[in-house]
Amino acid sequence: MKRWNRDQMAQRVARDIPDGAVVNLGIGLPTRVANHLPPGREVMMHSENGVIGMGPAPPPGAEDYDLINAGKQPVTLLPGGSFLHHADSFALMRGGHLDICVLGAFQVSGDGDLANWHTGEAEAIPAVGGAMDLAVGARSTWVMMEHLTKTGEPKIVPACHYPLTGLACVKRIYTDLAVIDVGRDGLRVLEIVDGVSLAELQAATAVPLHR
Amino acid sequence: MAAGPRYARAWSAGPLSTSANVIDKILPSPAAALADVPDGATVMIGGFGTAGLPDELVEALIAQGAKNLTIVNNNAGNGDRGLAALLAAGRVRKIVCSFPRQTDSWHFDRLYRAGLIELELVPQGNLAERIRAAGAGIGGFFTPTGYGTELARGKETRLIDGRWMVLEQPLHADYALIKAERGDRWGNLIYRMTARNFGPIMAMAARVAVASVHEIVELGALDPEAVVTPGVYVKRVVRVERARTAGGGFKAAA
Repeated sequence: MKRWNRDQMAQRVARDIPDGAVVNLGIGLPTRVANHLPPGREVMMHSENGVIGMGPAPPPGAEDYDLINAGKQPVTLLPGGSFLHHADSFALMRGGHLDICVLGAFQVSGDGDLANWHTGEAEAIPAVGGAMDLAVGARSTWVMMEHLTKTGEPKIVPACHYPLTGLACVKRIYTDLAVIDVGRDGLRVLEIVDGVSLAELQAATAVPLHR
Repeated sequence: MAAGPRYARAWSAGPLSTSANVIDKILPSPAAALADVPDGATVMIGGFGTAGLPDELVEALIAQGAKNLTIVNNNAGNGDRGLAALLAAGRVRKIVCSFPRQTDSWHFDRLYRAGLIELELVPQGNLAERIRAAGAGIGGFFTPTGYGTELARGKETRLIDGRWMVLEQPLHADYALIKAERGDRWGNLIYRMTARNFGPIMAMAARVAVASVHEIVELGALDPEAVVTPGVYVKRVVRVERARTAGGGFKAAA
């Protein structure tokens, strides 16, 4: 089946981020979205460790590890940017001041439940970070993930079997096959990769889809 | 009566000044600033990853020898130094944090798998707000974060304005070890970029907040409009040499 690659996925997400939005990009795949914002689009990037107005990674040699993002990678500050202590930084998201966050996921349910923090395996060391705060705090929580697991199982499921990050918090899902809205009336397909039919997409999704 | 019990208690937690009339919170060394940490203390340690992690204070705590500690930090140590070394030395009974698992958290990983350390895992924003609540005298708060997840299991919940919320408790500490950029003898502090992270709220939540700074300036030299932590929250200040913050907690580029 034809798929979008990771940069195409990031491009697709970036296209939907409006001018002026306050945005938090999760660790991993979502971080890539920053590289694909259309020229001239002005957004305020937030990172929950305490920076608003975050800029791109510094050039090699200019890293300053007092200026990092939530992935602990060195970043820069744009003119107009500022710093917050942790309680204010999370108040920003919980208090409804963060427009969009983009998160990775293990699974999303048809009701928009999100599982992305823990596989639940006995040997796995749990680590949650800001995932639960972001999931329920942002005004719009978008998920960006592969449509299927590495073994070909659907990641959009009737009910998550991994431990939950948040209940009914996901508003939109961007995968390598489609863009899907999560609404009261179920999952609505906004866009499918060229050359993939709705029937093929449905076969890769464990929850009924409609257009 | 010259001073009520509250005043006396607060004062006794500070340094022993040579003059009762002068507020001087500056101590000569990290060791002097942490000499009285008892066994069993709850110690908050600032920092997110390596930014804002007060390495010199953590090293002094290791040297000081207090054991059976409860540590509050966002992470659970990086590499072999600092907090990781405190854990490796078997001095920590329990850690309260949001993100223990990192690519370089092998000391914590080993202790956790062997059942030698207790972990209280807290969503990062709840951790921050619990610390803030303690410093602000709040007896608990309802938050949507974590509702319906295993991290809220057994906690009181309430439907507020159509949204389910979880009751979270304040998180107090005996000591807070934080890193700031610049300070003065009243304990006023400013920070450096994202190294600010937990510093201001941990200073509020601890009975004794100890701040390391790279520069001590005269009273009045810090712009009062820019002071982030007013000195009232800080009991002890110690100057340490400026060292470039090293990276940590992430996968090195291949």
